[in-house]
Amino acid sequence: MTPMQIVTFRNPQALRLDAVSVIDMQAFQTTITTAVQHGERVAALFGWQMPSGVVRLYVVLADDARHELSAMAADVRTTYPTLTLRCPQVHLFEREIFEQTGAFPEGHPWIKPVRAHDIPLGEPGDKSASDKAVPLRHPFFSMTGEDVHEVAVGPVHAGVIEPGHFRFQCHGEVVHHLEIHLGYQHRGVEEALTGGPHKRTLLQMETVAGDTTIGHATAYCQIVETLSGVEPPPRAQALRAVALELERLANHVGDMGALASDIGFLPTASYCGRLRGDFLNMTALVCGSRLGRGLLRPGGVAFDMSEAQVKEVLRRLERAERDVREAVDLFFETDSVMERLQNTGVLTAEACQDMGIVGMAARASGLARDARADHPSGWYRNGGAPVAVWRGGDVLARAMVRRLEIERSTAFVRQHIATLPSGPVLAACPPLKPDLFAVALIEGWRGELVHAAITDAQGRFARYKVVDPSFHNWTGLALTLRGQQISDFPLCNKSFNLSYCGFDL
Amino acid sequence: MTEKVFPLLHLLRVRAHQGHRTISYPNGPAPQLPERYRGLPRIDPSKCRDGCKACVDACPVEAVSIGPGGPRIDLGRCLFCRECSDACPTGALRYTQDFRMAARTREDLIVGQEGLRLAEALDKKSRALFGHSLKLRQVSAGGCNGCEAEINVLGTVVFDLGRFGIQIVASPRHADGLLITGPVTQNMRLALQKTYDAVPSPKIVVAVGGCAIAGGPFRDHPQVMNGAGAVVPVDLYVPGCPPHPLTILDGLLRLLGRIQQGETRHESPSP
Repeated sequence: MTPMQIVTFRNPQALRLDAVSVIDMQAFQTTITTAVQHGERVAALFGWQMPSGVVRLYVVLADDARHELSAMAADVRTTYPTLTLRCPQVHLFEREIFEQTGAFPEGHPWIKPVRAHDIPLGEPGDKSASDKAVPLRHPFFSMTGEDVHEVAVGPVHAGVIEPGHFRFQCHGEVVHHLEIHLGYQHRGVEEALTGGPHKRTLLQMETVAGDTTIGHATAYCQIVETLSGVEPPPRAQALRAVALELERLANHVGDMGALASDIGFLPTASYCGRLRGDFLNMTALVCGSRLGRGLLRPGGVAFDMSEAQVKEVLRRLERAERDVREAVDLFFETDSVMERLQNTGVLTAEACQDMGIVGMAARASGLARDARADHPSGWYRNGGAPVAVWRGGDVLARAMVRRLEIERSTAFVRQHIATLPSGPVLAACPPLKPDLFAVALIEGWRGELVHAAITDAQGRFARYKVVDPSFHNWTGLALTLRGQQISDFPLCNKSFNLSYCGFDL
Repeated sequence: MTEKVFPLLHLLRVRAHQGHRTISYPNGPAPQLPERYRGLPRIDPSKCRDGCKACVDACPVEAVSIGPGGPRIDLGRCLFCRECSDACPTGALRYTQDFRMAARTREDLIVGQEGLRLAEALDKKSRALFGHSLKLRQVSAGGCNGCEAEINVLGTVVFDLGRFGIQIVASPRHADGLLITGPVTQNMRLALQKTYDAVPSPKIVVAVGGCAIAGGPFRDHPQVMNGAGAVVPVDLYVPGCPPHPLTILDGLLRLLGRIQQGETRHESPSP
């Protein structure tokens, strides 16, 4: 499918920057639409403001069936015709490019900032500050008509969760449109990476999304490793995979509890709340931190596991597996639970295709999208990725995918922790090589994490792009709410459990 | 078969099997923390070599400094990454398993040879108000969902925050104070200020995690305010990235005067 000028490669890989062809905008866009029509996905699309002032757009396309990635570029001076109308899955990428570089997609149906808010005037504590503030420059999509009303929620929510603003257009109880406005968590992650790696970069990558510490740190380490030409030792690769699956297990088990809590089924809520901690404590056994902080290093991992630790994790895993199965079975065996989950918040496979939905949300709509199988890296190249797919696209399907992944990831951890290859766990990483383009994909617990980097002539990051699965999937959540009762929002939201800071960067 | 007919029997059987899981701390021992857990650092300047500042150079977040009394670590900035202890050639600086680290002032968080001054209780009047019932509203202001997740853990059966009369509530109007996480992004500054203003006085503020204390890994980014203290007055600082749930619990209980023993940290965790 791919024309000759488009370079193809495998995940993770670094290419010479000049191997990524710069073609004209029309060919660039036609290539993207053709590829997407043939089943490829836009894994990343980002702008790089070059020293010359020209904005160069880079795209990374993922051909899941052929296990291949491809990349190309095109230059923009100030404006370009939007691709969103022909290829809706780039809608947010184009908004982001506009916000970051000023390159304007002409004809984009909903061009407004992704993360930028107007900053309130005045000093903190100044009582007049809130009056002067103009939090949003752009209007929300709104409906008019008899009995039509608008509901605004956030940024500060009722629970212990991150901030975001949700604007519902309702007719009676039925939601016709939900617009999700984020950006409250914007900490300047990508901006700070320019000129890096810095001393603080790894710490920042571990906190891109704190519940995905292992996922984002692995993607970052793979970028650094490919850019410096280092292969981490096999034992380190295996330990990374084990840690990634433990992260998935902790989050999935926690989510099962949270789903139960949202529908008032308290037994599973309290059991899974406790069991989530058991998985976090297994990670803490390996590296001292329940979230896996400090475990990864470019070149491998900072902590090895002793035989005694392996035995201890296996012992705890056996107990946790039994207790989780009991708690989760109880959930699915209860008629009132099933009644609440079935046909709630349906996301169709077509919508997933169109909007580039990734991860377990896509797998719950019947699409077998999983970077561990489609674009395997590290230890997953040995096969046996614990992928799970379900059909239906409703809250039930998203819960079922989690249930299956809990079983399969447990088996994966048990198998691979018991058969860790011997040898060192850390290889030295020389400085990054200059003028390269690198991409790394990792299947985090929510879905595909994409990291892409361009190095300058000194081997520093000239541009670093992070795509959290939440970047794609917040749109999926908004779509599931259409035609849904507004009271279903908390449950639908929980079934996706997306990251705010991973989106806001 | 019986279980199909009487689902409640099944529910009770599962309940019995899952067991009682609430820890006895602070009335009994705290659960054993893993060997590699990094808690309160212990500093022994007598082991320092003249002129050595390997720890200072290694720290990615400028948390370590060398004063007349030897190395000092600002636990408000520290992210417990262990770069300093790895770099130390003599073992003068190491992380212990002591999870108790909450303090009342920013200055108290700067730890040297003498250890850390643990958080003191609120004054008598505030204790009379909050001591047996403290309602807190959580505000994430740029938090990565690490601290938020560990705060959520306090609500599980393991920690059961409710048994101390402490509860996370849905509205600032129902709250006695705020539990703030994250470095406070520019984009959350107004929302945080408004939430604070909506809490009836007198009120308390707890900054949870390295970001809320001093900006964490994002310190000095133009997009952040370097912590909650830039926007609202803070009554309790809980260090960590993220803090262990026990560290948060211990800090809250000290603030309420429910734990008093252990003025400095250099003793084993409470029996």
